[in-house]
Amino acid sequence: MIVEIGHIALIMALAVALVQAVVPMIGASRGDGRLMALASTAAGIQWLFIVIAFLALMNAYITSDFSVFNVASNSHSAKPILYKIAGVWGNHEGSLVLWVLILATFGGAIVLFGGNLPPALRARVLSVQALIAVGFLSFSLFTSNPFQRVSPAPLDGNGLNPLLQDPGLAFHPPFLYLGYVGFSVAFAFAVAALIEGRVDAAWARWVRPWALIAWSFLTVGIALGSWWAYYELGWGGWWFWDPVENASFMPWLAGTALLHSAIVCEKRDALKAWTILLAIVAFSLSLLGTFLVRSGVLTSVHAFATDPARGVFILGFLVVVVGGSLALFAIRAPRLKAGGLFAPVSREGGIVLNNLLFSAAAATVLLGTLYPLFIDALGAGKVSVGPPYFNTVFVPLMSPLVVLAGIAPMLSWKRADLGGIVDRLKIIAALTALVLVWTVYQVWGNAVFGAFGIALSAWLASSVLLDWALRIRLFRASPLDSMRRAMRIPRAAYGMNFAHFGVALLVAGVTASSAWRTESLQVMREGESISVAGFEFLFHGVDRAEGPNYAVDRGHFTVTRGAKFTVELWPENRFYPVQQQPTTEAAIHTMWNADLYAVVGDPDGNGGWATRIYYNPLVPWIWLGALVMALGGAVSLSDRRHRVGAPKRSQSTPMPRHAAADIVR
Amino acid sequence: MTRKKRRLYVLLVAAVLLGGATALVIGAFRGNLVFFFSPTEIFEKSVEPGQRIRVGGLVEEDSVVHDADGLTVHFRVTDLSHAVMVTYRGILPSLFREGQGVVIQGRLDETAHFIADEVMAKHDENYMPPEVAEALKKSGQWKGDDE
Amino acid sequence: MNSRRLFFLLPVIVFGVLCAFFLRGLSLDPSTVPTALADKPVPFFDLPPLDDETIALASSDLVGEVALVNVFASWCLPCRVEHPLLMELAVTGKVALHGVNYKDKPEDARAWLDELGDPFLRIGADRDGRVGIDLGVYGVPETFVVDRTGRIRYKHVGPISQSDLEKYLLPLVEKLRQ
Repeated sequence: MIVEIGHIALIMALAVALVQAVVPMIGASRGDGRLMALASTAAGIQWLFIVIAFLALMNAYITSDFSVFNVASNSHSAKPILYKIAGVWGNHEGSLVLWVLILATFGGAIVLFGGNLPPALRARVLSVQALIAVGFLSFSLFTSNPFQRVSPAPLDGNGLNPLLQDPGLAFHPPFLYLGYVGFSVAFAFAVAALIEGRVDAAWARWVRPWALIAWSFLTVGIALGSWWAYYELGWGGWWFWDPVENASFMPWLAGTALLHSAIVCEKRDALKAWTILLAIVAFSLSLLGTFLVRSGVLTSVHAFATDPARGVFILGFLVVVVGGSLALFAIRAPRLKAGGLFAPVSREGGIVLNNLLFSAAAATVLLGTLYPLFIDALGAGKVSVGPPYFNTVFVPLMSPLVVLAGIAPMLSWKRADLGGIVDRLKIIAALTALVLVWTVYQVWGNAVFGAFGIALSAWLASSVLLDWALRIRLFRASPLDSMRRAMRIPRAAYGMNFAHFGVALLVAGVTASSAWRTESLQVMREGESISVAGFEFLFHGVDRAEGPNYAVDRGHFTVTRGAKFTVELWPENRFYPVQQQPTTEAAIHTMWNADLYAVVGDPDGNGGWATRIYYNPLVPWIWLGALVMALGGAVSLSDRRHRVGAPKRSQSTPMPRHAAADIVR
Repeated sequence: MTRKKRRLYVLLVAAVLLGGATALVIGAFRGNLVFFFSPTEIFEKSVEPGQRIRVGGLVEEDSVVHDADGLTVHFRVTDLSHAVMVTYRGILPSLFREGQGVVIQGRLDETAHFIADEVMAKHDENYMPPEVAEALKKSGQWKGDDE
Repeated sequence: MNSRRLFFLLPVIVFGVLCAFFLRGLSLDPSTVPTALADKPVPFFDLPPLDDETIALASSDLVGEVALVNVFASWCLPCRVEHPLLMELAVTGKVALHGVNYKDKPEDARAWLDELGDPFLRIGADRDGRVGIDLGVYGVPETFVVDRTGRIRYKHVGPISQSDLEKYLLPLVEKLRQ
């Protein structure tokens, strides 16, 4: 019964979304206030229906209602409750319901926080949002119904893929979707602005917080995914340039560019068309990711079960949404009034360069991801594009970006005086050189690439710290005065500093873990020990035990260095009888500057076990860095001026009336 | 600084970047594309020894042999008409089993023996034996002309 | 001004080209597991019966008349979906229907058949999936159409639907009979 209610609620949500997509748009073009006001009401109702549907599905999972095909396929009565809940979005059908739930929640948030948006703009934004909801709700209902019954019901379900029974992955999809779907708000604002023919500083100020929210969530989502791959797949790596990973990374790159260009749009009223395009592209890449992952046009180690019919549907949807918005862009954007001028050496100039580099990076990732498809479609064989391609292309594009991030924040708007910041650059360069020399001294031999990366990180970190120190006159004013100054720096500036500092941490982590990782592969017997990167790993053998819904072979290492340092590591090989599937759980000991990482493999039949041990220097900094970046987003959001919906459209810079009339007609 | 001049600067930088990125991409593609072969294709076409390739198929039943060192494994990957001998040193993925689908990456040596440096077992969000996911995926759409 | 316009058109053009490739990509199957037994004789096998209540199945049993061989398992959900159709088919007696019970415990399979009914004339128990490998099975359910000479003429992957049966499988069986 509850299942049917959920199904009906989802259908009702589709009906409401249809109304919300059409009526307010008509209202906005006619200037009919009542029709426009319908958007907010509809958004609320739509949200309510989808919440009902989502809860109904979750209830079916929690109560293990195996008469529902989706539950029977993806859940099992013996599964821990956390994974019963996570099971809701651990599969294609259920994840779509989560997707629409988040979409509707963002729609509700626009209503809630968009009180001071001009009514026409709000109506159009909500209408575009509803159009996206129509697409995804029909996708769910017509090709991937989560509420489909199976009769007669099986006695028990098939369970969730053991690989996915993991806290890191349980929360990975929600964050990822919050990011993907969050960009739909920026997208909706962009399309509404194109229809309206009006882009100004106020518009940018409205869009920025939404883009920031989406970006922060996406950052966390990607980091969670990569963290999961790191400890669950047991290969010691944390990023594999797999199509599924790239699908989430491309919108992130475009979204990062958007965050920066929107600042120029707000402060200087320039780069308007470009910002609009980025808003469209960021969300389009999110949709494209969905298409790639769920249609089966690309193979991936961890793709959803695919289905060509679904692929056709999403492709059609892509054509409507992405094609439509880009066509609108081609028609409307040329008429946008060009904004403020700036010199090449200026904050704007820096951000333009940032945008070009990010766009180039996104394009190369897109090309690498789709290349196998191109080759296949042209009948030239089956190829795969592996990490070497991406590393070769990506590092040279990202390195100047990191250098730039160290300089650009010091440049002033419009026209910067390079001479004025040379003094600062000297200090930064000196610090960087110091770190460079120290690094080379530490790891003499295979130092070239690594030292270069560490120097980049040092450059950015010292720039951020110096910027802050100068602002608060550290050691120049009294400590009390410095503190007062520190309090007075806008939160948005802190946000930027945090985010850039996070990048510095990330770069250091990526560099060190790729350049100086130590790996050791061997067969070990009980009582044997091996030395890896100065640590003694003593192997105590493997015991068999029982987990809640799996059997486990648990290895045991005692790791020591000198007399003071002792750590126990328990790597596991689990076997889930329901799915007849094994998983590997690496044992990881995280220190501030490195991870010790151990995996146990198969027995050799003579009492020995294959073991693999890694020493991964600075690898925790990767996720710490991503977290600091997301934190920067949150800090920036807490700035009063950024608070969602806070800004009012200034009356002093209206578009020339005739121009607006010309465009709106 | 006029508008025109500014646009010129942006275009110039963009062009330089585009050129640089294209050169990078082409260079990277040249060295790093890995072609995919089935065991039959390896048998029929001549694949250069030493060229990095991928091979996909099923792990033949009873073909997995471990060396005495406990780390080196030999097995055959088959597409049911031809098979390739494979040697791999390392820990096999936990999903690796006889009779299951795998994709291996590596090189052929002079004797058409495949030296793998990567073994990937397919996993899927659809829990149960992954083949069921395949069946689900194709349910209704698949017309069985063996393509 | 025209060149400026072209600039703004660029994104939508690029997207159009991408879509053309996607459309093509959808009709390509990137999956790599081979299934190449069409029009080849059924590989030799001789499976034990599921239990005392069933008759064993061997490849030699497939020579002489047109038959359907359905690969199923009790843990397979789609099998449950297609099962009522197989029951109907068995009742009509239009074609000999045999089962291969794939990677299953005999008691589970028996309970399953007791619950849903047993449409099969013969059931071979392929407990370790060896025969499945030989047949090129990589998903359950799969259904093979075998002609009188014991050659595989068609393989259906995934659960059979009413229309699959009426539009393809049964007409093929008719054709092979002649």
